[in-house]
Amino acid sequence: MQIQPILAALRRHRLATALIALEIALACAVLCNACFLIANRLAQMQVNSGVDEAALATLHLTGYEAGQAVDLNARVQAGLGRIAGVQSVSVINAVPFGEHAGTAGITLDAAGKHFGGVVDFYVGGPGSFKALGLQLVAGGEPQADDYRPLNDFIPDEATVWVTRALAGHLWPDADPLGKEFWMGKSHFRVGGVLAHLVRPSGGEGGPDTVEWSVFVPAQPGASLAGTYLLRADPRELPRVLRDARAAMTKIAPDAVVDTLGSQTISDLRQDYFRPDRAMAGMLVGVIAALLLVTALGIVGLASFWVAQRRKQIGIRRAIGATRSDILHYFQTENFLIVSGGIVLGMVLAYALNLMLMTQYELPRLPLYYLPVGALALWALGQLAVLGPALRAAAVPPVVATRSA
Amino acid sequence: MLGYYLDLALRSLKRNKVLTALMVLAIAVGIGASMTTLTVMHLLSGDPLPGKSAHLFYAQVDAAPDAKKREPYDVLDYQSAMDLWSAKRADRQTLIADSQIKVHAPQANQPPLMLMMLSTTADFFPMFDVPFQYGRGWSAEDDATRARVAVISADLNDKLFGGTDSTGRSLRLRDSDVRIVGVLKPWRPSPQFYNVAGGRFSEGQTASFYTKPEDVFTPLASGLEINGDNFQPFTCWGRPSMPLHLQSAPCVWIGLWVQLDDAARVAGYRRFLEDYVAQQKALGRITRSDTRLRDLMQWLDFNGVVPRDVRLQTWLAFAFLAICLFNTVGLLLAKFLRRSGEIGVRRALGASRAAVFAQCLTEAGMIGLIGGVAGWLLTLAGLWLVRRQPTPYADMVHLDPGMFLATFALAVATSLLAGLLPAMLAARVAPALQLKTL
Repeated sequence: MQIQPILAALRRHRLATALIALEIALACAVLCNACFLIANRLAQMQVNSGVDEAALATLHLTGYEAGQAVDLNARVQAGLGRIAGVQSVSVINAVPFGEHAGTAGITLDAAGKHFGGVVDFYVGGPGSFKALGLQLVAGGEPQADDYRPLNDFIPDEATVWVTRALAGHLWPDADPLGKEFWMGKSHFRVGGVLAHLVRPSGGEGGPDTVEWSVFVPAQPGASLAGTYLLRADPRELPRVLRDARAAMTKIAPDAVVDTLGSQTISDLRQDYFRPDRAMAGMLVGVIAALLLVTALGIVGLASFWVAQRRKQIGIRRAIGATRSDILHYFQTENFLIVSGGIVLGMVLAYALNLMLMTQYELPRLPLYYLPVGALALWALGQLAVLGPALRAAAVPPVVATRSA
Repeated sequence: MLGYYLDLALRSLKRNKVLTALMVLAIAVGIGASMTTLTVMHLLSGDPLPGKSAHLFYAQVDAAPDAKKREPYDVLDYQSAMDLWSAKRADRQTLIADSQIKVHAPQANQPPLMLMMLSTTADFFPMFDVPFQYGRGWSAEDDATRARVAVISADLNDKLFGGTDSTGRSLRLRDSDVRIVGVLKPWRPSPQFYNVAGGRFSEGQTASFYTKPEDVFTPLASGLEINGDNFQPFTCWGRPSMPLHLQSAPCVWIGLWVQLDDAARVAGYRRFLEDYVAQQKALGRITRSDTRLRDLMQWLDFNGVVPRDVRLQTWLAFAFLAICLFNTVGLLLAKFLRRSGEIGVRRALGASRAAVFAQCLTEAGMIGLIGGVAGWLLTLAGLWLVRRQPTPYADMVHLDPGMFLATFALAVATSLLAGLLPAMLAARVAPALQLKTL
């Protein structure tokens, strides 16, 4: 296939060619970045919570008086334990994908000079560590005497379990076991390292901080009450939670069940990522509409060119060009235009990514998105031009003998 | 002449239905996408109190003992808030703090509800033009005497009292009885501007600024007496003692809004804030000297209230509209140049270039108008989708008359813009050359 005559023909239609190429370029830029945004959202939604989500549910009570908290804990723990299918009931201050309860800045020295970052404290009563199903990578499980009484939302002195991500941030080159840190006057010593434990409501300082969590064992009391962790067989969990919520009217008539906050952890996760799913869905819609409009533009213009060149096609056919020659002519022409658009589009895609990076804390666009985007647009161009090109190939040679 | 052009345009559009449909579709899809996001953007970024917002200011001083270089905290500590409020140096001033509370209507036979309660002061209602259905707000005297009174939302009034005039009836807040003195009309400011704070720490996830206003409003002092230990601090610079007593805790948690009716009063209030901080520094209570006095819109901008995803969607929609625009330019070009012969005849018969240009633009404009109708329908569908999303502002999303007109304006403007270049080229068609090939 000779490219020279195609280029010569395109030169006569500079404007239309440039328009289609520009459209392709813009489509390429938006396509690459939209796909990247989708991939980013999906990756965020895959976050490993570190707990046995399928087997866990939480029950959140509000509206009780602080004075009744100890009594409430006792009543609720005893009452929920009697529900058939419940494997364990424990008290905890927060659960993954629920409301955050203990978010605070920590320091690596007692004087509070060396700031370590803002982390989330999970304060859990006896049984909660096991119930969550946390995986240890160093150290052992909390022992009975690690669960200290509380006067505040956090104990003054405690052995705590940190995630691998947080340990890596605080002590990049050292063994975290036995290391110390402070939160105001509270003093903590690391007793173990967890593989994963996601913060209740996401990271405060971007995606790298979503696992900056600390597990603090403590005795339930006036300042650790109202949120309960239920563990049950995953198949029975929805029924168990329903029963537990229903039982609250008898067990704790003075408290109000927070229905939005009392769900299985899987449902909380669903709710938590709903905006991301909606955004990803919208992006998919935009991509689909974008590809459709671009394809229609190509169809429209190619049809016009075919109609315009009917006579020339007839002449070429009359002097010996085969149908496939004509077909290939239009296909090659489309390939050249789309290629031009893609070259410009890659630059645009990168520029758009740079803009998004400054505005939306997005990482840099991985380079492999560009060839993939290019392939998609080439395929789209070839598909769109196929119809008009076949129509062109069907032009009979006899057209050459007729006047326009 | 326009009538003739319209007739020609219609004929031309009918001649090649596929091409016309493609153009209308491109415009419609582009308009639908961009108007959907633009409507949401318009709704979320608008002025919640047009005409009044320029006179409302959010005052900040910072009593934290650190010397780090940073913006002052978004809200005030109790001491500063009470000092500034009781000085009454502005035309109106009000304090804001909210908390969750158990609400029960003794007469209504319903289980207790957990609701948000806004504890504020008498000026809140006149200052923010809050509309009343029954009764009115409380008086400054009620603030001073810690009167057990409350104003409730239209929603709560419907829920507990079936929408009847409930003023004078009592409401049980936690374990205290309060008398209802006022019921609001449905009131849905966008955003819930008076309570906006901390936007810069929210990573662009600011949809919660668009939640409904609280259901119960009480005088600040009464609210603190009834529900003091359930107020949450914004942040603390020291560990508060338990149980939480915010009035004495090293925490910030109250917002102060002031109304200042002219520039001189604004300058005067700025001076007053500085003098106050200087005096408190002399007393040793405050160490940081920075103060802020932003007006309502500046405060909303500072907090970046429009959610990041909404801004991203708007950008995307406009990139998409640009693609549709290029597409339409290409198709119009094809359409006009295909009629070169016809245009040549018209030119030869005496039509001026301007006349050909005007006729082509009329045709483009007509495509825009039809595309606008289809785009309007797509916008309605898009907004319906937005309403089904679980966002706090979903219930507010609708197409107001301004945005309805904007849909058509944008559609016609887009199509005229797209038609400009093709029409110019069509107008340049030489009469003689085209006649020859006929």
